Amino acid sequence: MRTIKFIIQKEFKQIFRNKSMLPMIFVIPLVQLLVLVNAATFEIKNIDLIIVDKDLSSTSRQLTAKFNGSAFFNVVKTTFSVQQAEDYLYQDIGDLVLVIPQNFEKQLVKNQKADIQLLINAIDGVVAGLSNYYATSIIAGLNKEVITRWYGVSKGNSAYKQISIQYSHWYNPELNYKTFMVPGILVLLITNIGLFLAGMNLVREKEIGTIEQINVTPIKKHHFIIGKLIPFWIISLFELALGLIIGKLVFDIPIIGSLWLVFSVTAIYMLVVLAIGLFISTITENQLQAMFFAFFFNLVFILMSGLFTAVESMPTWGQILNKINPIAYFIRVMRMVLLKGSTFIDILPEIISLSMFAVLMFSLAVWNYRKTS
Amino acid sequence: MISVQNIKKSYGDTLAVSNINFSVEQAELFGLIGPDGAGKTTIFRILTSLILPDEGKAILNGYDVVKDYKKIRQIIGYMPGRFSLYQDLSVEENLNFFATVFGTTIEENYDLIKDIYKQIEPFKKRRAGKLSGGMKQKLALSCALIHKPEILVLDEPTTGVDAVSRKEFWDMLQRLKEKGITILVSTPYMDEASLCDRVALIQNGQIMQIDTPDNIVKSFKHELIAVKTENMHKLLHDLRNFSDTHSAFLFGQNIHYTSINSKINNEELKHYLQKNNHKNIEINKIQANIEDCFMELMT
Repeated sequence: MRTIKFIIQKEFKQIFRNKSMLPMIFVIPLVQLLVLVNAATFEIKNIDLIIVDKDLSSTSRQLTAKFNGSAFFNVVKTTFSVQQAEDYLYQDIGDLVLVIPQNFEKQLVKNQKADIQLLINAIDGVVAGLSNYYATSIIAGLNKEVITRWYGVSKGNSAYKQISIQYSHWYNPELNYKTFMVPGILVLLITNIGLFLAGMNLVREKEIGTIEQINVTPIKKHHFIIGKLIPFWIISLFELALGLIIGKLVFDIPIIGSLWLVFSVTAIYMLVVLAIGLFISTITENQLQAMFFAFFFNLVFILMSGLFTAVESMPTWGQILNKINPIAYFIRVMRMVLLKGSTFIDILPEIISLSMFAVLMFSLAVWNYRKTS
Repeated sequence: MISVQNIKKSYGDTLAVSNINFSVEQAELFGLIGPDGAGKTTIFRILTSLILPDEGKAILNGYDVVKDYKKIRQIIGYMPGRFSLYQDLSVEENLNFFATVFGTTIEENYDLIKDIYKQIEPFKKRRAGKLSGGMKQKLALSCALIHKPEILVLDEPTTGVDAVSRKEFWDMLQRLKEKGITILVSTPYMDEASLCDRVALIQNGQIMQIDTPDNIVKSFKHELIAVKTENMHKLLHDLRNFSDTHSAFLFGQNIHYTSINSKINNEELKHYLQKNNHKNIEINKIQANIEDCFMELMT
């Protein structure tokens, strides 16, 4: 026990003497939270729209006016040539082309049916999908108005029945992306601290040769490892607290569930991350190699985790792969507890999985860490 | 007591050391002398249980380095060739840390390190990384001694240290030896060999000779002379082309020369050199030193 205590003491001394360490601990969370949460939003506004209105009828004007009035669209060009519009699309002047063919109104009156063309720049699939969705709903709105006006159908009239859908978004009623992002970014933050700082720290002893002197001492390897990891475990819990305070003060995120639960699960999760960091440091020789490994793990795990894209929309193999992704479990837990107020019983499966990861990774790392080469 | 039997170690296809046999008595100062890459560090890493030998056996005070490695790590003090203490911790913190790791305290073994530590004590609040080379060595030695080891293993402790500090360092080793500590030290400096009780000359992973420095010098069979002229570069070249030459090596300001004949004919040599346009020729008979013996073994 005395040895562990002393190693921890030594580690803290070294951490606080390292000039780049303090900024990393205090500045990175601030910057990541303030920048990423504000920037990483899925709401798309100001889609640049190009209108090709060949009809110039009252109905077509009504439609273009609707687009003009929408907050999502921003009419940048109007032209009468589809060719010209396609050029604009190619030159990136606009994201979306709305083509209203000639005799649009006539067709609508005569055949009760008319076609409109939408050309969407789909380089970014998310933007394209959302643009389509917004445009379609505006057109549907026009449709309804036209029917009502021409056929005199009003609410309750049996000639025109429709199912109306009313949404109610639970746990995040305003669909505020910040509420959704903050817990995710917090996960990103403490994962980085654990993976990079802890992994780096152990491999550094290898690089500067101090491990040589440690290895000839009778120090037990689990003492050494525990002593090295506890400081980072404490720092990451501190980071979480700092991040939650910023989240509450700046973004006013709801903290519905129990904070005790949040910190307990984080404590378990950090064991997993630290064990991965430790494992990386046992298979690498210097900080550069360790950095590459950590970066690789980090990127794959984070992009797969559901932080930025929904896990449900991944291919089946991706979802299966996510079963071994600790970050995915942890992000789910954070969102469930913070936003939904889930209790211990609700997240028990995740806790069990994370605990299993922790045991597994630690065994692997300790087994792979040798004092004799 | 150290006993090494038939140690062999390869790194992949490269044979590092083979057929290593030697023994060191209690309270003996034993030196491994050899150039860089001879295999000194490999032998030390095996003896300190950091790497496993491919073949052979090493026993330190009755403990096998492979089987009883835990015990070995308690009885040895090891000072690696590269400074391996925490540069961002102070002198005092380093010493304290290693004392704790060995389950002891500075106070408990202060007697042993007193002579050495008191020289760096004025700087005890200074970070180890900010110490001079000589002071770093003293700190490293203090840390290696803090748990009162029975055997001290020092890998090139004086490499990169100034002449005064080197002398001080060897004086300290002599005093530690008097306290009954067995010391195994390696060095690439031949002049330090004479400070050991016995030395092993090692080259290309093989031990070539083990004896006391005096005996090694005595075993040098040739007559040795130091030759000096105005053009040393040409002299070396000419001497090596001389038909009677056994060996000619540049040693500082002179060239050490041995002949294939048991007696060197100074006049004939002088005549040969004059014929080759050498001026101010100086020829002196000298005593061989360890380095001469080493060069002799290499030829």
